[in-house]
Amino acid sequence: MKKSPTVGEILQAKGVSRRGFLKYCATTASILALPPSMIPRIAEAIEQARRPSVIWLSFQECTGCTESLTRSASPTVEGLIFDAISLDYHHTLQAAAGDQAEAARHAAMEENDGGYLVLVDGSIPMGNPGYSTIAGISNVDMLKETAAGAAAVVAIGSCAAFGGIPGADPNPTGAMSVRDLIKDKPVINVPGCPPIPTVMTAVLAQFLTFDTLPELDKHGRPMAFYGTTIHDRCYRRPFYEQGKFAETFDDKGAKAGWCLYKLGCKGPITYNACATAKWNSGTSFPIEAGHPCLGCSEPNFWDKGGFYEPLSTGQFGSGAQLAGAAAAGVALGALAAAAGRRRQAKFTQEG
Amino acid sequence: MDLLEFARGPALQWAAYILVAGTIWRLVGILLLKEKPDFSEPRARGGLGAALKVIYTRSFTATPFKKATLYPKMLAYVQHLGLFAVVLLFVPHIVFFEGFLGFGWPGLPNNAIYLLGVAMVVASIALLVRRLTSPVLKLISNFDDYFSWFVSVLPIVTGLIIPLRLGLRYETLLAIHILSVALLMIWLPFGKLGHAFLVFVTRGTTGMVFERRGAKT
Repeated sequence: MKKSPTVGEILQAKGVSRRGFLKYCATTASILALPPSMIPRIAEAIEQARRPSVIWLSFQECTGCTESLTRSASPTVEGLIFDAISLDYHHTLQAAAGDQAEAARHAAMEENDGGYLVLVDGSIPMGNPGYSTIAGISNVDMLKETAAGAAAVVAIGSCAAFGGIPGADPNPTGAMSVRDLIKDKPVINVPGCPPIPTVMTAVLAQFLTFDTLPELDKHGRPMAFYGTTIHDRCYRRPFYEQGKFAETFDDKGAKAGWCLYKLGCKGPITYNACATAKWNSGTSFPIEAGHPCLGCSEPNFWDKGGFYEPLSTGQFGSGAQLAGAAAAGVALGALAAAAGRRRQAKFTQEG
Repeated sequence: MDLLEFARGPALQWAAYILVAGTIWRLVGILLLKEKPDFSEPRARGGLGAALKVIYTRSFTATPFKKATLYPKMLAYVQHLGLFAVVLLFVPHIVFFEGFLGFGWPGLPNNAIYLLGVAMVVASIALLVRRLTSPVLKLISNFDDYFSWFVSVLPIVTGLIIPLRLGLRYETLLAIHILSVALLMIWLPFGKLGHAFLVFVTRGTTGMVFERRGAKT
């Protein structure tokens, strides 16, 4: 069997300069919070790594995650690193379909048993297997069969990581996350709607460099990217501290770039790297474009109140319920007063 | 449901029900009590004017006691004004009130709020030390005094910790802060913190009774 080319050879063939490649390695080391002394090791490891086999499974999803990772505005080293993996199965991107596609998946599983990565986007419907099938195979069966021989599973996007929009109340398909179903393999969650491409490639880079998985937080997300909140790294944070807020999307504050907290920004409770890694080749991120953070990398973000409802807005229920509480107060007060009057009358008679 | 969702949702919701029901219960229970019969001839009418006068004059110490009460009075003013400023002039709090009142008002920069919050906590601690070291105050203090102190200072302390983090996650600290506010809301109608809504009712009543009897107010 022909030996597959190394990632370094592939990048060289694609015309990536040594300077550009080292720049990418330095950025990756910085993102992963590694010391500069690790840059040569990252470069060496990536250059010499054989193309890792990746099986990409798409379940209940909108293809936004795939779009995010494949449609960069211009070719980047990150994009080429992504190209350099051996994407052996991805039913949105591959030319083969039906039996041929499934044969490719099985071949990749057999050839790389115990060493391949499974990337999943989309949630898994558990209400009825027929809600989502590929080649007549239910999503849960395909996930369990493919994950059995994998080195690790990466849940790409909030749907795979937490159930996402398909899992939003009332969750009609009984959507579940990868972590809910796969218990015997390491599962890395890379949530976001969609997730940042750099985060994906950096997780792959860590896997290629150290042959280990990154340190994860309580939601299974790599700490290097999900360790701080959007609010902590937001360039509008000084306006929050100064008490300067945009009240509407077209007022003086919005034009001056003031804090979007009052417009519903969920930055303070959202852990992601948008404010530092940014989008579209480092152009900007939603807050920079003038829109509050939706908190899309957090579990159940769809069901956490209105997107444009400020974070500190309390959820008191309806006015009718508060009126009911007030009516109960009046009734209790009247009873207390009646009891008090009886005592008063008793004292007056005795007195 | 995570801790923050619980704090922002059911905890705050039930605290609001208890606050509303408890406050109205206490007020209606007192206001509907039978007025004590007064058989003496009134020296004045004892109307609303008398009530408002005493509400105002009792905000300041009478001259003979000024020197003796200067220290606790100053501390109490710092404590109360600090609390009002933190609750009513911190922008995220204003947004909170705007959520159910339908209108907001201008706030102060965060650093000013942090300063006022620290001043409030320091004044509260000084008042607690005074209560614990004064034999008379100690004798007349009970659980209500200490618990009311605790639940009123706790939300300020938990709020001040949020920007410091202290190794905890923002949403956890925010949830703890909201839960401490919920505790304050639940306790407020039933303990001595009830003076928040009873102080002017009692002062006004005193003013009306005193004027009716001809006492100088």
